[in-house]
Amino acid sequence: MTSSKFTRRGLLKTGAAAGVTLATPQLLLAGSHAGFTNAPTGSTVTLGFNVPQTGPYSEEGLDELRAQELAVEHLNGIGDGGMLNTFSSKALDGTGILGKKVEFVTGDTQTKSDAARASAKSMIEKDKVVMINGGSSSGVAIAVQGLCQEAGIIFMAGLTHSNDTTGKDRKANGFRHFFNAYMSGAALAPVLKNAYGTDRRAYHLTADYTWGWTQEESLKASTEAIGWETVKTVRTPVGAGDFSSYIAPVLNSGADVLILNHYGGDMINSLTQAVQFGLRDKVVNGKNFEIVVPLYSELMAAGAGENIKGVFGSMNWNWQLPDEGTRAFVKSFGEKYGRPPSNSAQTCYVQTLLYADAVTRAGSFNPCAVVEALEGFEFDGLGNGPTLYRAEDHQCFKDVLVMKGAENPTNQYDTLEIVEVTPRAQVEYAPNHPMFGGDEASLGSCNAGA
Amino acid sequence: MDAIFLQILNGLDKGSAYALIALGLTLIFGTLGVVNFAHGALFMLGAFCAVTLQKLFGLSYTVIDETQKDFLGNPLKVEVSYLEGWFGPEIGGALADWSVPLSILLAIPIMVAIGFVMERGLIKHFYKRPHADQILVTFGLAIVLQEVVKYFFGANPIQTPAPQAFRGALDFGVLVGFEPGAVIYPFWRLIYFLFAAVLIGAVFAFLRFTTFGMVVRAGMADRETVGLLGINIDRRFTIMFGMASAVAGLAGVMYTPILSPHYHMGMDFLVISFVVVVVGGMGSLPGAVAAGFLLGILQSFASMNEIKAVIPGIDQVIIYLVAIVILLVRPRGLMGKAGVMEE
Repeated sequence: MTSSKFTRRGLLKTGAAAGVTLATPQLLLAGSHAGFTNAPTGSTVTLGFNVPQTGPYSEEGLDELRAQELAVEHLNGIGDGGMLNTFSSKALDGTGILGKKVEFVTGDTQTKSDAARASAKSMIEKDKVVMINGGSSSGVAIAVQGLCQEAGIIFMAGLTHSNDTTGKDRKANGFRHFFNAYMSGAALAPVLKNAYGTDRRAYHLTADYTWGWTQEESLKASTEAIGWETVKTVRTPVGAGDFSSYIAPVLNSGADVLILNHYGGDMINSLTQAVQFGLRDKVVNGKNFEIVVPLYSELMAAGAGENIKGVFGSMNWNWQLPDEGTRAFVKSFGEKYGRPPSNSAQTCYVQTLLYADAVTRAGSFNPCAVVEALEGFEFDGLGNGPTLYRAEDHQCFKDVLVMKGAENPTNQYDTLEIVEVTPRAQVEYAPNHPMFGGDEASLGSCNAGA
Repeated sequence: MDAIFLQILNGLDKGSAYALIALGLTLIFGTLGVVNFAHGALFMLGAFCAVTLQKLFGLSYTVIDETQKDFLGNPLKVEVSYLEGWFGPEIGGALADWSVPLSILLAIPIMVAIGFVMERGLIKHFYKRPHADQILVTFGLAIVLQEVVKYFFGANPIQTPAPQAFRGALDFGVLVGFEPGAVIYPFWRLIYFLFAAVLIGAVFAFLRFTTFGMVVRAGMADRETVGLLGINIDRRFTIMFGMASAVAGLAGVMYTPILSPHYHMGMDFLVISFVVVVVGGMGSLPGAVAAGFLLGILQSFASMNEIKAVIPGIDQVIIYLVAIVILLVRPRGLMGKAGVMEE
């Protein structure tokens, strides 16, 4: 006969001890993620895609969203893997990020800084996102980047071309893969010199906000360096619609080149109206009058129609590039959506992969660990050749494309042709360059948040 | 001097659009007493009539061309337009080229019908409600209409070029004694100005010289008395709403080669057009037209570099500054009548 020694108190003590023992790994695990905002605790991790879904840049935003959705599919092992197959880093294996399935939420920036901040805030507080990606305007990017820095979230910028994003407004938690206005100027100037010579007089029409200002400054400096004279720089309101009253004074200004620092719908309108006023048929100072659009996008080119023929500009990336990464991405995107991706789509796709890769290499979602993994990271196979994420300003350095409006397009996507792939060395600059905030500019320190 | 002349010309075509929209707004306000914030949306819908016809003319079937490749390396799908298939490349091509002027024929019945449906279906229920209610409901309607257009046509501006014959520019300066090349002006903008002048003239002639117009004018002056005479003034006012809608629509159709249509264009014009109506004088048709041209020209002048150098940013605020000055000096606007919106 055996007698049981268990008492009620003993059972409670044993149960409590067993409970604590069993819970310890979870507590430790949670502890390893604690100390930063929105540490993912379940089997999923949520990314926030903040793009213009309404408003004048919504076509760009919707294309970004397509690419972001595709990136999430590839991270979760769905589809053909796209650029994961060509990416030089092999940390990602199609099982999500650190074994967690990737989910995403979307926000609408409306191409307005306040709306973009509000949707980013909601995604951070309500949806508990660990990273925000997207956007089609520098004003928006700078506003959201500031918010992410305060909240302890990583911001992987989408289409933002102002020097300020990684210049005077750079932030430790923010990263930009897209090129910038300085790089456009540095890439375009030699091509313009070859095509139009050194004795030219340029007139700038400039969108009156951060992107326009920095592009005007960059193009003015790079064209003056090849001997061009700047006749006049005129600021125009964003969304002016009818630019005729700004274009008319160009006719008798003595200028023989018009540089349109406009983007999206504004660029479509100003270019169309400049052509209507006969600028491209005009001969000034014994030379044919020329128009330059320093920042191109495929969607804008399609909107401008035949007016864009022969007009020079620059791009971050184009679907016609022959490298393996580009071919893999265009195939995935084209088969899913029936159209080639735009360069804003590519930058968002790449940024999402780069974030996932950095988390995997760091072994943590902690923003400061991600920052460390991305700073100074060199990679290849994502469509732009060998690329560096510079530690000092979180700007990507890679080749830049000089483009021209296609003279004889064969189909609706064949609107632009690649004139030159400008090597990375030609568009590099010092982190304390005066156009990027000089010695005053600083990333600050990374913020992991709560 | 040539720069000033060029800015006057510039102001005329912008002023033409303001005048046409303001004319419709005033017609509706004068007849029905409704402040129609959806009027800009009618301008936008007119522009999209041109886009629709362009797309209809561009409808095509796909032929697979094995000799060419698409962006994925598959055989290229070549689009062949039905129009060219039916009428041959010459006539088919010409029809597609002239799609903007031809859109007028499409826009008139569509815009009149939209005007009727809008007035009978929604706005008539707000005749006796305060102006604030009318503004809210018509503003809401405008947002709905622009979102519907965005759903079907997207958010990007859509190119709707003028016929090839009118795409160039005219050396206008030579005609008035300037140096060759000093005053170059696009053909289509001149056509727009002439079109607007004819349309405005036609509306005035209709109101002035027809019995229908006489009854409408009488109704605008005293609606109750005209009703007591046994005339169904409501039916006539509905027709006037349709007419105002068609005027805004035609203004939109013809403006498409100047400004590529996008879903938000109506709102951009609406605010300025309301300022035009107020400056011209609420309820005054000639006032609306005069103020439209006046403000269009002033806006152009304010964009001149010489003026902006003296007063930076003046191009953005000139219209509102003029409105403030005119309302301070003449509270009823340039040609406003006593008693309108003064209860």
